[in-house]
Amino acid sequence: MKWLRTNKGTTLFWIVAAFLFLLPFVYESRNLMILLTQIFIFSVFAMSYDLLLGFTGIVSFGHAMFFGIGAYSIGIFMKRFEPTMLNFLLALLATLALTALVSFLVGLLTLRLKSHFYAMLTLSLSGLFLVAAEKWRSLTHGNDGFTFRVPEQFIDRTDYYLICLLIIAAVFMMLKRFTNSPLGRVLQAIRENEQRTESLGFHVLHYKIAASIVSGVLAGIAGILYAMSLRFVNTSVFSMDITLDALLMTIIGGVGTLYGAMIGAGLIEFAHDWLTGLAKEHWIFERWIIFFGIIYILVVMFFPKGIVGTLRTITWKRKKQQAVKKKEKLAG
Amino acid sequence: MAALIETNDLSITFGGHTAVDSVTLTVPEKHFKSIIGPNGAGKTTFFNLLSGQLTPTKGKIYYRGKDITAFSPTKRTRAGIGRSFQITNVFPNLTVLENVRLAVQSQAGVRYQMLFHYKKYRQFEKKAMEWLSLVLLDDKRDSLAANLAHGEKRKLEIAMLLALETEVLLLDEPTAGMSLEEVPVILEVIKRIKMQGDRTIILIEHKMDMILDLSDSVMVLFNGRLLADGTPEEIMKNETVQSAYLGGLYE
Repeated sequence: MKWLRTNKGTTLFWIVAAFLFLLPFVYESRNLMILLTQIFIFSVFAMSYDLLLGFTGIVSFGHAMFFGIGAYSIGIFMKRFEPTMLNFLLALLATLALTALVSFLVGLLTLRLKSHFYAMLTLSLSGLFLVAAEKWRSLTHGNDGFTFRVPEQFIDRTDYYLICLLIIAAVFMMLKRFTNSPLGRVLQAIRENEQRTESLGFHVLHYKIAASIVSGVLAGIAGILYAMSLRFVNTSVFSMDITLDALLMTIIGGVGTLYGAMIGAGLIEFAHDWLTGLAKEHWIFERWIIFFGIIYILVVMFFPKGIVGTLRTITWKRKKQQAVKKKEKLAG
Repeated sequence: MAALIETNDLSITFGGHTAVDSVTLTVPEKHFKSIIGPNGAGKTTFFNLLSGQLTPTKGKIYYRGKDITAFSPTKRTRAGIGRSFQITNVFPNLTVLENVRLAVQSQAGVRYQMLFHYKKYRQFEKKAMEWLSLVLLDDKRDSLAANLAHGEKRKLEIAMLLALETEVLLLDEPTAGMSLEEVPVILEVIKRIKMQGDRTIILIEHKMDMILDLSDSVMVLFNGRLLADGTPEEIMKNETVQSAYLGGLYE
């Protein structure tokens, strides 16, 4: 019982996960399945971004590059070679190696570049990947992209849904452990006060690189899942929109909390789906991005801590009030 | 007495302005040294040189006879020189306990462990609590550092410094910006540290009447130069010091 009380969030997560696991067996809707799969994928992506933004305090505008590397690796492997499980694993390995290498190099640059300079640099780096994907036509078919087949294990939508659900659960548990490990705690100290962390005797750069690599690799995995769910890849996976989505999801959900990233991903994807659905009613909904802009501005103005952050503050205040009351009772 | 920290002809120049000008001093082990001097005398700059935030343009710093002039702040902390800052410098959105716990963790050398939960290292929390009670801050363990009063932040800062268990403590104006009521508490904390008797302390202070009875020796900086260095009594009697620094007070 005590465990339940101290781990409310985790308990809730597992209840929701169990519910989502059972969902395809009781309620059959292809559209909902696809939408939820999309949410799972972007949750992984948003959590990986949150590790940088919310936990380490690194602002990166180039997170799409890792996403794109994952998406293109799987696409190219599946297109060039037979879509078998073995090739899938090879693509996974290639993604892990590439994203780890790129994120290591990008992480190294945090030594010299702080805050917005770093953001600009990552922005231009991901732009570089975008241009490469456009111009290297023999490999990427340029802007048009290409379709590919996936291994038979991943063809069924329900199976794929369950696989994505398992992956998000695994990633969540892993990141929870990671952010609560001694190393993860130092990351949060870096976010709070980099110079002070340094003078406590921690090598800030090593930690930033570690966060950068973990985050990059996870984003790459999200990219693989994304491309496999569409069975199609084009240059849009490297675009600024992908990074902006992650930014929006983490900020709306609440930075510095893994739940926030997931809730944000869910909200944004649902809203996206709903708004494009409304496009039939009125042409303005074709431009759904306008609404996102408005929501974003409102959130930043009124809930700068995001949904989870605001909820936390409220419960924390209530607890404090209760504690004060208790004390008064004892005294009286 | 063996010299723990030695500086030799230490100078730093910003543009044309020499902030610290050929300062040579020795601090023996387990010594309590105070640095006094008017505003802009280069006290904090001198500290920054000792702790590695700045690199000297000339001169050398030795720690236990080893040349540490080229060491980074991180390396110096690990070697045994810890410092507090004049401006309050804590982790604002972490709890008080977590602030100190991070310092304990660093001291224990647990740096890259990423597979276990931090609660596994319960002894860190226990140790952190000990430091907090030493600086009389144990009842605030769960507050966010940002919500502490100024004086409490300074105490937290000292607790973090103590938790590093460095041989040398560099305290940069621990009572800066404090109300008069808070000052005795900080002094009490410093007295307790001194009583433990296992640290070498170098302290910058403005309110010199308070530290005179604590210090083993006092050094006076003026315009970046070492004006005098001696026991508190000698400094009080020193005429150049009186005219340069204490002037108004003792005329």
